[in-house]
Amino acid sequence: MYNVINSTDIEYLKSFIPADRIFVGNEINPDYHHDELGGTEAAPDVLIFVTSTEEVSKIMAYAYKYNLPVTARGSGTGLVGAAVAVKGGILLCTAKMNRILELDTENLTVTVEPGVLLMELAAFVEENALFYPPDPGEKSATIGGNISTNAGGMRAVRYGVTRDYVRELTVVLPNGEVQVFGGKIVKNSSGYSLLNLMVGSEGTLGIITKAVLRLLPKPTKSVSLLVPFDSMDDALDCVPLIVKTDTNPTAIEYMSRDTILFSEDYLSKKFPDTSHPAYLLLTFDGSSDEEIEKNYSKIADLCIVNGAADAFFIDTDERKKSVWSARGAFLEAIKASTDEMDECDVVVPRNKIAEFIKYTHIIAKELGVRIPSFGHAGDGNLHIYICRDGATDKIWEEKLKKAFDMMYTKAHEIGGQVSGEHGIGFAKKGYLKESLGDTQIALMRGIKSAFDPKNILNPDKLF
Amino acid sequence: MNIIVCIKQVPGSSNVKVDPVTGVLIRDGADSKMNPYDLFALETALSLKETYGGTVTAVTMGPGAAKQVLLEAIYMGADKGVLISDRRFAGADVLATSYTLSSCLVSLGNYDLVICGKQTTDGDTAQVGAEMAEFLGIPHYSNVQSCEIVDGKLKFKCTLGNLIMSAEMDTPCVICADGEINTPRLPSYKRKKASIGNDDLIKVLSLDDFIDSDPKHYGLSGSPTQVEKIFPPEKMSEHVVIEGTAEENAASIFKILCDKKFI
Repeated sequence: MYNVINSTDIEYLKSFIPADRIFVGNEINPDYHHDELGGTEAAPDVLIFVTSTEEVSKIMAYAYKYNLPVTARGSGTGLVGAAVAVKGGILLCTAKMNRILELDTENLTVTVEPGVLLMELAAFVEENALFYPPDPGEKSATIGGNISTNAGGMRAVRYGVTRDYVRELTVVLPNGEVQVFGGKIVKNSSGYSLLNLMVGSEGTLGIITKAVLRLLPKPTKSVSLLVPFDSMDDALDCVPLIVKTDTNPTAIEYMSRDTILFSEDYLSKKFPDTSHPAYLLLTFDGSSDEEIEKNYSKIADLCIVNGAADAFFIDTDERKKSVWSARGAFLEAIKASTDEMDECDVVVPRNKIAEFIKYTHIIAKELGVRIPSFGHAGDGNLHIYICRDGATDKIWEEKLKKAFDMMYTKAHEIGGQVSGEHGIGFAKKGYLKESLGDTQIALMRGIKSAFDPKNILNPDKLF
Repeated sequence: MNIIVCIKQVPGSSNVKVDPVTGVLIRDGADSKMNPYDLFALETALSLKETYGGTVTAVTMGPGAAKQVLLEAIYMGADKGVLISDRRFAGADVLATSYTLSSCLVSLGNYDLVICGKQTTDGDTAQVGAEMAEFLGIPHYSNVQSCEIVDGKLKFKCTLGNLIMSAEMDTPCVICADGEINTPRLPSYKRKKASIGNDDLIKVLSLDDFIDSDPKHYGLSGSPTQVEKIFPPEKMSEHVVIEGTAEENAASIFKILCDKKFI
């Protein structure tokens, strides 16, 4: 078992961490007891805002020696409790390690500390006519958190996910040792990819203190299409057809009118079109107007032949704002529409999205709960929300469990996985075990113990 | 109800470059768009057409490339476009522009309502709508938020600082739509496809088509305003970063606001 942090530990930590960066017991703001969704709650004993690899290394070496649990945290925008110190101990926050260290325009990389926010990174590289493609909705997440969950976002269809853009990581191992995984290299066939093991490991294997990220030249032109359909089936049936073309869309998002209306209420702003029950929102990037026009025209024609009522252009800053600001607010809008909610972030094969969403409608009807959803139709990742809507504790817990059980079972049946981009954390670990089975979980545990034999780093997460 | 909407092609982004030698805006036809305020005017017109029937005609003044904004208006739902284009209109100030537009409306005739945007994002004078109405000798109102036809008159609401005024006026009349009063509809791909090859959708008018075809009344020679120099404003980069706990930050911001007499 772990040791409980005592006054000697605090004294030691305070010997090299200044008073304004270390908080003990009741001094800790309760915001640090949970993440954005709030389903997992636990108070750490000590909260430390670290500012260097050396500090992290010193803390880890001490924690390792004295068997103290440590949980890393960025902005706390996670949804599955991964950054909550469920075993107490030290909560090590990297938010103040937020410097952009280097822009390498020859290797097209940017080197950052883990606390740099996604929006800061995007603004910095775009000022330099470069582009960091992963685009999760939560722009105030840290890049460290994005790497730890292998965040995806709306551009994954064309550009892939965070993993595809991590070249090198500086990692403090649970015993305090500092290691560099990967490098500013494009290829690598040199043994197991420890770099890729770190990506998506949700803070269980090591603490990232520096990251070298791959960049692309910034596409100079971008046009989106909002395509209205008379039914969800028609909309989602078009997705595999779109993916098969050579048009290479950057984003293919599905949204229902219900979700758009929540967003209208939440933002007090009308969406440009709500006359249809289902919509696809697609984006095309390119270097010339002609190239983009050729691509979106092909897709508009394809959608119209396959049941779309029309296709609307989103080609200026004003139009982009009116549509994408609504899209970006979906999570918050659904959250504001109810007293409590929990989410399911399954990923299923692209041609099974319609089947899965329809199944959520059946669950909603059967259990008498509201289950709005939206999703990255182009990559099969759905965001499904179960809304409490005033249910009593007992009924809520029962219905939530039943709904989750049904959804994860169905996802598994049709070849899906528990999480597309939000991670497993604490909240979804039971479902991961069911989905992957004992052998795969045992392999994961083996990897965990190779990195962290004392199991002090983010304990009780993933499995 | 026949509605005319006056629109303008403006630079596509706010980072407009000025030629350091001539002091003239560098207008790159490839990177231009419809004046964002005109979108609210156009949406107002299209909604009125949905309620009362009739036609919506988009009118713009500019070089041949300005046809693009007329097409965009047609993709959004306008029935047709009119491009006022003639080298003799070049260099027009706000007065000559208003006169040119009013001459065009006289030539077109048969309109009940003219809707303009509140202002443009390049010229920014917010005077063209009112001046045009004066030349036409018809009533006008600016900052209009909503309107409807009641007993043959245009009943409307407009903002007067902190107040909203409800009033009515005879048609034909001119209104300048306020900003952010609606969410403009998006251009339609189907309408775009249907317009391909239809040359009747956009009519081009030159000075020779106007009743007053005296070139002295138009363009640079009809403009009492002479622009001496155009230059980008200095960018303010001064900023203050407040750090501390939430309570300390709130207290600091409160003090700053008090010192500046905002509170």
